[in-house]
Amino acid sequence: MPEVAVRELTMAEAVREALAEEMRRDPRVFIMGEDVAEAGTPFKVLSGMVEEFGKSRVIDTPISEPGFTGIAVGAAMTGMRPVVDIMFGDFLTLVMDQMVNQAAKVHYMSGGAWKVPMVMRTTLGGGRRSAAQHSQSLHAWMSHVPGLKVVLPSTPYDAKGLMKTAIRDDNPVVFFEDKMMFKVKGPVPVEDYTIPFGVADVKREGEDITIVATSSMVPVALAAATMLEEIGISAEVVDPRTTWPLDEKTLIESAKKTSRAIVVDEGYEKYGVTAEIASVIATGAFYDLDAPVKRIGAMHVPIPFSPPLEDATIPTEQVIFEAAKKMCNK
Amino acid sequence: MTAAATESGTGPALGAEKLLHIYRQMTRIRFFEEQVNDLYLRAVMPGLSHLYSGEEAVAVGICEALRPDDYITSTHRGHGHCLAKGATPDRMYAELLGKEAGYCRGKGGSMHIADPASGNLGANAIVGGSVGMAAGAAFSAKMRGSGQVAVCFFGEGALGQGLLYEVLNLSKLWNLPVIYACENNMYNEYTHYSETTAGEILARPAAFGIPAEAVDGQNVRAVHAVAGRLVNDARAGNGPSFLLCNTYRYRGHHVGDVNREYYRAKQEETNWLTTRDPIKLLGDWMISEKLAQQPALDKIQAEVKSEIEAAVAFAIKSPYPAVDQVKEDVYA
Ligand SMILES: Cc1ncc(C[n+]2csc(CCOP(=O)(O)OP(=O)(O)O)c2C)c(N)n1
Repeated sequence: MPEVAVRELTMAEAVREALAEEMRRDPRVFIMGEDVAEAGTPFKVLSGMVEEFGKSRVIDTPISEPGFTGIAVGAAMTGMRPVVDIMFGDFLTLVMDQMVNQAAKVHYMSGGAWKVPMVMRTTLGGGRRSAAQHSQSLHAWMSHVPGLKVVLPSTPYDAKGLMKTAIRDDNPVVFFEDKMMFKVKGPVPVEDYTIPFGVADVKREGEDITIVATSSMVPVALAAATMLEEIGISAEVVDPRTTWPLDEKTLIESAKKTSRAIVVDEGYEKYGVTAEIASVIATGAFYDLDAPVKRIGAMHVPIPFSPPLEDATIPTEQVIFEAAKKMCNK
Repeated sequence: MTAAATESGTGPALGAEKLLHIYRQMTRIRFFEEQVNDLYLRAVMPGLSHLYSGEEAVAVGICEALRPDDYITSTHRGHGHCLAKGATPDRMYAELLGKEAGYCRGKGGSMHIADPASGNLGANAIVGGSVGMAAGAAFSAKMRGSGQVAVCFFGEGALGQGLLYEVLNLSKLWNLPVIYACENNMYNEYTHYSETTAGEILARPAAFGIPAEAVDGQNVRAVHAVAGRLVNDARAGNGPSFLLCNTYRYRGHHVGDVNREYYRAKQEETNWLTTRDPIKLLGDWMISEKLAQQPALDKIQAEVKSEIEAAVAFAIKSPYPAVDQVKEDVYA
């Protein structure tokens, strides 16, 4: 790797910088969504964008998610590269037809004739005391659909590089940002870079157990790894970064090396991302595993408002620590 | 009941007793919301809340025209609707603090208060999310022949949602006893409604053949008079109607939205506060019409204040639900 200038950015700043650089580079890129212009979104991720790019490229919409998503699909098919903002991941339910039956299938159904180069930015994650309709992590739904790509950055560095790849990709990409992570800082190079989809990142190397974690659960898994180290268990933390395409090879190799694996994700535990990844590992590393692959996800209940109840639904480092300890017979 | 008065456009006279009750209900909502803001600032309340201050005349004017067994659906800005339909502040605060004594046992919080006893099908954090539910309650009332009606409260932001138009069409086709109460407080979050709304709002329901009219949402007597007529029509089997209530929210989109000058002027806020306040307008009018005297209004304010203080204290000292309750209520 060449020597590059690095500074610290928050996750929000990294996403914004990626968008701004791509909008400067490519006049076809534009942003559309509720309160994206002057307000810069409720999470302030897009602050300053309308000032630089104007209202014709940072476009406030009515509260009409299926409508403006459909418009993005059509615009993408005919020469533009829209970045659509869905404020809370919970509102994906409203755009499912446009994403699942339209955007995801246009290329295939047309025998490759049409392309839909669009990005849908949205959020995931609980912990904000926002209750059942503003706290869900619905990325498994999107990962289930052939034709969509799904991105889950866990650091500012990954967010910037993956966002650039998403915008340059010729397919519909759904990009999930953890609401609780927007203010988290991390090093981000000044130079232009992209991160390819389908390449997992080993966030921490280890020998005894593999913890596969996505998005919001990466820092939690790293915290658990630190706790495990204190009792003499060396944990490897692997972040797939995209659930589709999925870097099966890295996940399997890590599990083969450590012989144990836990998969942690903030989506509902049942029928979720953890099931798919656990199955990939269970199949690919079968002869090297010392224990069944363990899955940890959000409790299978609507996310409650009351703090003690909500806290019980989200995986914690303590839960991961206990599970890993048990699997390692310590 | 002693004195009564009429005024053009406000319909049949309301007695002083009813007017004082309306005054009390609006004051209750105002004081309730002030304490919510305070609980947020003191970091006692988890999460955020969307305050109804300034819009009291809409919820109270309409709900005072309803029977206790009539239905309402509410929004993310729902405290006013819940109180106006008969919820009590103590259990509402308990819900806002995530306590077991709350209306939803702490599971719902500010945006999801629901109360079968007062006909409240629930507040909703999805903009426009409850329009189908409201029409569905009206559908069921019609099927059951119960004579109940349903009121669907929603902000003008929900005019952007396609579901609304499907449901308007269905409710007119099927002649359902539902009243669509659109609260136009002029802002969808941080964007003026003129930037998100094409054409005339009233032309939209009118296109489905639904009677539609506008009312000054700061004048509770006017709201109540129109609502009374629309409710009677719905109950009489004349189908749905649409009431556009022009109003204003005094505070931010939510309690954390304090620096608002980038989307609306301080002067605009001050104008509404000083010249269009629904509580003051009613109080002043009652005094000028000799339907009440200042001490009677002061007494109501004092009573409501202590009621609210007691309710906050109740909620604060109430226990959280036991953690094992997290798995209860997923299925009936
Ligand atoms: C479907 C959906 N989209 C977006 C949001 C985020 N959101 C919450 S409130 C709001 C504005 C609502 O405006 P309005 O309906 O006028 O109600 P008000 O807040 O003014 O009372 C938005 C966009 C949401 N909750 N649901």
